[in-house]
Amino acid sequence: MKRAGPMPPAARAIVNGDRRVLARVISQVENGDPAAAPVTRVLYPRTGNKPVVGVTGPLGVGKSSLINQLVARLRELDRTVAVVAVDPSSPYSGGSVLGDRIRFDRRADDAGVFFRSMASRGEVGGVAAATREVTRLLDAAGFDVILVETVGSGQVDLAVRDVATTSVVVLVPHLGDEVQTLKAGLFEIADVFCVNKADLPGADVARRDLVELVALGSDRSGWRPKIVSTSTTQPSGIEDLWSAIAAHEEFLDRSGARRADERRRVSSEVVELVREKVGRELAGRLEREPALRHWVDQVVERTLDPHTVADRLAKTIGRR
Amino acid sequence: MPRNTKVSPRRVLIAKPGLDGHDRGAKVVARALRDAGFEVIYAGLRQTPEEIVRAALEEDVDLIGLSILSGAHMALFPKVLALLKKEKAADIPVFAGGIIPDEDARRLKKAGIRAIFGPGTSLEEIVSTAQRLARSAA
Repeated sequence: MKRAGPMPPAARAIVNGDRRVLARVISQVENGDPAAAPVTRVLYPRTGNKPVVGVTGPLGVGKSSLINQLVARLRELDRTVAVVAVDPSSPYSGGSVLGDRIRFDRRADDAGVFFRSMASRGEVGGVAAATREVTRLLDAAGFDVILVETVGSGQVDLAVRDVATTSVVVLVPHLGDEVQTLKAGLFEIADVFCVNKADLPGADVARRDLVELVALGSDRSGWRPKIVSTSTTQPSGIEDLWSAIAAHEEFLDRSGARRADERRRVSSEVVELVREKVGRELAGRLEREPALRHWVDQVVERTLDPHTVADRLAKTIGRR
Repeated sequence: MPRNTKVSPRRVLIAKPGLDGHDRGAKVVARALRDAGFEVIYAGLRQTPEEIVRAALEEDVDLIGLSILSGAHMALFPKVLALLKKEKAADIPVFAGGIIPDEDARRLKKAGIRAIFGPGTSLEEIVSTAQRLARSAA
């Protein structure tokens, strides 16, 4: 890999395990602070080799509790773990109550664990705009496994695919009949299905519906989603859950899918970054430049249509 | 980099040290701070000073709010302050609420707790104090 230039002190501190600096730079990334850019750039070549496990599913299915148990399991296996837990920001105040930490058992003296709560800050899809960059910081900081807990998801909150190497979809009994499992969206992105609260009545039905779904499956990439049943009140199935995740990670290496998936993720990231930059620039110009303001006025007056103006604007990109 | 041309939200940790199980007040304050635009990391009940300080550092908060009704404030609050100092994080302001006698409140303020709210304090007062303290930290 190409050298990324001399290492800024903050990057060095993160690599050397300084958690305070790590926490600070995470905030800078979240805030879009330009100070973070040289740090993330220089650390980038060190990243991309760790499992990033996305845990998603509707609100209240037990994602936080499962993550707590997974962390305990990984610590038994002597693996270090970082968790990023995303909760929604208010569309009204921009504020947020980040409550996933409550479910997290106290490990005040365990340096092998790092937990960070993150607000979605207006992003839809289940994760924050900064989540992916933050997982890379945690990767560079040396954690063996990175767990990402999404916002409680709906059927089309699929952004976890753009962040995680393995996606775990967590469900509970009585979420709906088997037709729900045929619908596009959430059920398509699972590498592992986890039927949580498996001690509740109906868990066997939920599991059976998933078994049928997977049996019908198209083997899109040569991987059949695994199905595990878990409970966190009387912990059970947690070892199976980790084994299923680990099996998928092994599959990614064995099949070459890891590289293909990463290609898909980085292309979508690059496109997203361009969209950001260009969108911001165009929005500013539409406000400032009289000629462009006039186009917008014409759209308002119905003498031009939005597509025509968009085509004209697109032609001006990068030509100034 | 994520888009962000606006002011970044302030982050505040709300925690209950000690053993009492009454977190209604802490939740009401968390909600009020949320509505004032804070990102509130709600750590919940029965936190040790070590856990509180660790959470504050990992979450990179601008402010810590402690709620206590058990009477153990004279033991637990100074411990939190001492641990912050040990971690070179004494710049993070700490405020507190709960059942705290005036004499204790005076001593705790002298020890470095920046504001103490008793029963009957308005949410407006708590929010405006939190905003002022969070700004001073940055």
